[in-house]
Amino acid sequence: MQSSTRPTRRSRKAFAATAGIAALALTLTACGSSDDGDDAADGGDSDAPVTLTIATFNDFGYTQDLLDAYTEEHPNVTIKHTIAATSDDAKANFTTKLAAGGAGLADIQAVDIDWMPIVQQYEDLFTDLSDPSLDGRWLDWKTTQGSSNDGSKLLGYGTDIGPEAICYRQDLFEAAGLPSDPDGVAELLGGADATWDKYFEVGKDFVSKSDGVAWFDSAEGVYQAMVGQIEEPYENASDGTAKDLASNTDIKDLFTTVATMSKDEGLAAPNQQWSDDWNKAFQNDGFATMACPAWMTGSIETNSGGVDGWNIANVFPGGGGNWGGSFLVVPASGAHTQAAKDFAAWLTAPEQQTAAFNNSGNFPSQVEAEASEEVTSATNDFFNDAPVGKIYTDRAAAVTVTPFKGPNYFSINSAVTNALVAYDVQGKGSIESNWDDAVKAYEALGIG
Amino acid sequence: MSVQTHALPPTGLGERDPRPPRRVGFSQRLGRWDVKLSPYLYISPFFLLFAVTGLFPLLYTAWVSVHDWSLIGGQGDMVGLENYTAVLQQEEFWLSLRNTFAIFLISSVPQVVMAIFLAALLAQNIRAKTFWRMGVLLPYVVAPVAVGMIFGQLFADQYGLINAILNAVGLPSVGWHSSTFAAWSAIATMVNFRWTGYNTLIFLAAMQAVPSELYEAAVLDGAGRVRQFFSVTVPQIRSTIIFVIITSTIGGLQIFDEPRVFDVKGVGGPTHQWETTTLYLYNVGWGPQMNLGRASAVAWMLFLVIVAIGLLNFLITRRISSTADQRAQTRKERRAYKDAVRRLRMPLAAREADPGSVAATITADRATSGTSAEDESPRRTS
Repeated sequence: MQSSTRPTRRSRKAFAATAGIAALALTLTACGSSDDGDDAADGGDSDAPVTLTIATFNDFGYTQDLLDAYTEEHPNVTIKHTIAATSDDAKANFTTKLAAGGAGLADIQAVDIDWMPIVQQYEDLFTDLSDPSLDGRWLDWKTTQGSSNDGSKLLGYGTDIGPEAICYRQDLFEAAGLPSDPDGVAELLGGADATWDKYFEVGKDFVSKSDGVAWFDSAEGVYQAMVGQIEEPYENASDGTAKDLASNTDIKDLFTTVATMSKDEGLAAPNQQWSDDWNKAFQNDGFATMACPAWMTGSIETNSGGVDGWNIANVFPGGGGNWGGSFLVVPASGAHTQAAKDFAAWLTAPEQQTAAFNNSGNFPSQVEAEASEEVTSATNDFFNDAPVGKIYTDRAAAVTVTPFKGPNYFSINSAVTNALVAYDVQGKGSIESNWDDAVKAYEALGIG
Repeated sequence: MSVQTHALPPTGLGERDPRPPRRVGFSQRLGRWDVKLSPYLYISPFFLLFAVTGLFPLLYTAWVSVHDWSLIGGQGDMVGLENYTAVLQQEEFWLSLRNTFAIFLISSVPQVVMAIFLAALLAQNIRAKTFWRMGVLLPYVVAPVAVGMIFGQLFADQYGLINAILNAVGLPSVGWHSSTFAAWSAIATMVNFRWTGYNTLIFLAAMQAVPSELYEAAVLDGAGRVRQFFSVTVPQIRSTIIFVIITSTIGGLQIFDEPRVFDVKGVGGPTHQWETTTLYLYNVGWGPQMNLGRASAVAWMLFLVIVAIGLLNFLITRRISSTADQRAQTRKERRAYKDAVRRLRMPLAAREADPGSVAATITADRATSGTSAEDESPRRTS
């Protein structure tokens, strides 16, 4: 028996071993063969077939029809579009591949303003997109955001922006006996000279008249809006070094104000932004107003299904403000950087971004697009036919400050907002003790 | 085997030539190599894979941990153990260790206990066996992130289902995210939801391998269900229990998904209430700091902690399994047993004189009940 079973057993084992080694070999080679083998040379021959990959997230409004319009004009180009579900997913993918020397990055990467500091920190890994023919295409502050820190290179072509207005619940305003039409609300909050003090004052009035409805959605939302109006919140623009948080009185005052208004005065709904509770507060009349960048209208609509009192007031405390917006960057490791640059320039042209606005509601960052009939006449029926096109064009024009965001902006910002959430949402300690925690968290970063 | 060890058959009966020196044929040498070498070759794919995917990253992480190393910028200066000292000085690191152990304890312990009892129930002769057995495994198939989303709805502070139920019966809401212990319990619930069924099936498989004769004998001895469970089932599946304890220790100290999806920021809470060490590692390496050097230092320290706990675990469980027979007896019985052994070693005369000696007892017993000495050997309860 033994001699008859032996050979088969051995061959089976040998097979298993071979299979194991083969699997190993496959896994190893798979890591190295991410190139598709496009051998068209860069630049030189502009008619050689080229495959361009573009990676975006959420919904940029780049439909297949829009992309097809480019390939019709350029028959040699094939476009592959990959879409990540969220900005965070896209960021993780982006940083990981960047860490691996750029292998696997798309030829064109969409980058959220939140992670633009990474691009600026490692500007050599990206193609300089400067092009004199594109001067004046974007709002000035958008171009500043997309440039290298010394302003010598343009690293990203702007797609959309997030100019902020105040979204509010018309029905709750009415119930509290306040003016409820958009112009009346804008006037109530101070019109063109609206300040945060005025906003909080009206809030106290509202809260005293409403039945347990808070004034704004979350402490973080208001903090985010207010910190976006400071030129150099956490770092020095000249050299990118971090300011010592313990002695940063601007931020400490801001923290104290927001904490006092949110918790002590009870103006904020006690929810962490984007949490399940926050989502549900939309359905439960949790709050009456919120700082509302253009893209937020989509989130509000999703969260407030069935609630139809929303409207938008063409006003923002403390001057204009911007929250969010994205860029298209071209990693230098790509095989077809020139072709990618051409395509990115085409995609961010006013016509295409106007089309993207119609597709997804992302507000264009291009001066010409904002002035176009299509954008200015746009209304949003969920917000009781608010003229969103006009409102956000005005709001974008009101933006005067572009906060400097260096490599440590988000570390420091989350140290402060964590302390804010600990105080406002979780009711821990005092304002002073939470500020000390923020300073401690800052010191733990070891960047001072 | 026998075929290979025999030399060539004799060439003829009449010949009486001295045998030629034994020539070791190539095929024979090959055969010997086969015996000696091939077992290692057969298992080598695993070790090759392990070397590439396990050992190399382990050592490379050690190399990274002694450098300034940015996620994107890559290797910087060699800094020795600076990353380790920096991490050890961070309050956040110690908080993360505390959280890890707390969540591990309130998840793994109830989990293993629950899994054993569930397995014991499933091992009974019940209707629709396969249905129930597949049922307990179902949570394991659900992706952890989906589990996180479901439990996010349950454990929301303001408008969560559990708080709604608590309020409905007149109890106050629990601050699932604001209270540290509540947050640990919520996360432990998610972990248990996922892993209990998996461990149950492992226990179930072990229980089915317990010979039914043991149960028959126990029934004959008049043991009830509970007694059978503790005196037959548990001792018989002891090695499986050790296996499950060790694997769930390793898993429990590496909890990541559940705390990561427990709130929207995914960094372990604003005051690090539920930031486990793996989550801390991720935040340091892939968060805004992007400090791979320090993250690697954290990884190595976590590795050492797990090795230490694993060894401790191993020593304790080995002790339990080797002393199990004695442990199963009561202390009193054990003392009596030792006494008996000591007396047996005494000289015969002294033994006869000692009224408590085994021989004396046996004699006395025999006199009273008339049973033989063999039946009176110390009875084991396990």
